[in-house]
Amino acid sequence: MSFTHKHILGIEQLAKQDIQLILDTADAFKEINSRDIKKVPTLRGKTIINAFFEASTRTRLSFEIAGKRLSADTVNISASTSSVVKGETLEDTAKNIEAMAPDIIVIRHGHSGAPHYLAERVGCSVVNAGDGAHEHPSQALLDLLTMREHKGSIEGLEVAIIGDITHSRVARSDIYALTKMGARVRVCGPGTMLPIGIERLGNVEVFTDMREAIKDADVVMMLRIQMERQSNIMIPSLREYARFYGLNPTNLQGAKADAIVMHPGPMNRGVEISSVVADGPQNVILDQVENGVAVRMALLYLVSGVESMQTK
Amino acid sequence: MATAQTAILDDAGINRAMTRIAHEILEYNKGSDKLVLIGIRSGGDHLARLLQERISEIEGVKVPLGSVDITMYRDDLAARGNLPIGKTDIPFPLDGKHVVLVDDVLYTGRTIRSAMDALMDFGRPSTIQLAVLIDRGHRELPIRSDYVGRNVPTARDEDVAVVFDEHKKPLEVRLVKP
Repeated sequence: MSFTHKHILGIEQLAKQDIQLILDTADAFKEINSRDIKKVPTLRGKTIINAFFEASTRTRLSFEIAGKRLSADTVNISASTSSVVKGETLEDTAKNIEAMAPDIIVIRHGHSGAPHYLAERVGCSVVNAGDGAHEHPSQALLDLLTMREHKGSIEGLEVAIIGDITHSRVARSDIYALTKMGARVRVCGPGTMLPIGIERLGNVEVFTDMREAIKDADVVMMLRIQMERQSNIMIPSLREYARFYGLNPTNLQGAKADAIVMHPGPMNRGVEISSVVADGPQNVILDQVENGVAVRMALLYLVSGVESMQTK
Repeated sequence: MATAQTAILDDAGINRAMTRIAHEILEYNKGSDKLVLIGIRSGGDHLARLLQERISEIEGVKVPLGSVDITMYRDDLAARGNLPIGKTDIPFPLDGKHVVLVDDVLYTGRTIRSAMDALMDFGRPSTIQLAVLIDRGHRELPIRSDYVGRNVPTARDEDVAVVFDEHKKPLEVRLVKP
């Protein structure tokens, strides 16, 4: 089984075997991150542009480190310091980037579909690092790798995802990935944050009562209340939200005793997750960050293989 | 098209060769002090485990055993697309060690070059020695083996295959003609 995707635009386009291969490759790359010399020559001579048109610390750093550990040259551009502020269109920016012959463009954009738009217009590989409220594939893959490490297998897991499902690209990618791998997903949030028809995505159950959603779950994944995407107008107040949909030691007891707690970051401590839980023994939040580098190394390696075969 | 296969070494022959190599390694290194075995995946790692057993039978010492996957270090990756990446497992420091790199078949020498690059990323061994079951010639790099099970003259279009059973024990070496 070989990988055939030149672009990683979303989990929706990936098959179960693709996800399996990405996780296995990430698993093999993980060992490099614990070496004294954290560098292998695999992508030597490749140029990777990280084009981040939206704020990010973790994901951008993670993609940059992943590229550097594989010996690729990584270059970052961010919207605030680029020609975007002078009014250049995405297409023109992309064409100009392409003229400098990169091999992979990693893009984060506030508009859903921006990576797809780009992929149709440039010759190199495009990796989606988060587009609007649509998908965030590398986050879902690192979530799966973390679950697989802690639970042995994804199949049969009960995963509760709690928060603003409507505006969450993480939730959308996670739902695609988890249901493809045979896990059962429960989504939970106030009615205003639950998209209509979400249960049609597959093995997805919808809850508005957090205690029911958490009951006997193997994984509890909390989503960030996204002020920049107007999450706050969907709820009466942050305090009320924290009371009904915040994870604390008391409601976490409803989950399985060995349940793990995940959060894609950055956390709003005291809102969707209490500090006691965020720093507690069940949290695997920093494992997620660690696995992020390995998963992104795997994605860059796999797409670059397809890219170099096609241009030959 | 039918391919002709000839067995060139059976399991008894492989076992005798591995026993001899174990003795040679111990003789050359004057014992097993600071000795480590690293097998190249896949094939070499199984043979390295066999050598570890033999050395333990002879010397009573279990020398550290590791394995290395060279895919990340290949010089033809761009032309080969995405090959599956295997796991490298070297759970001990290599600084100051006498490393015996183990592979099943020595051919162009490019795999060995990649494996040596990988080892250097883990530390600075005192020496790197090379043990192979079959040396089939046709080197493309200035690399030679220190311990050889058998030299087998081959043509470039032939293939040498080491067959392992389900317990990863070597069964037979075959020469495959096109």
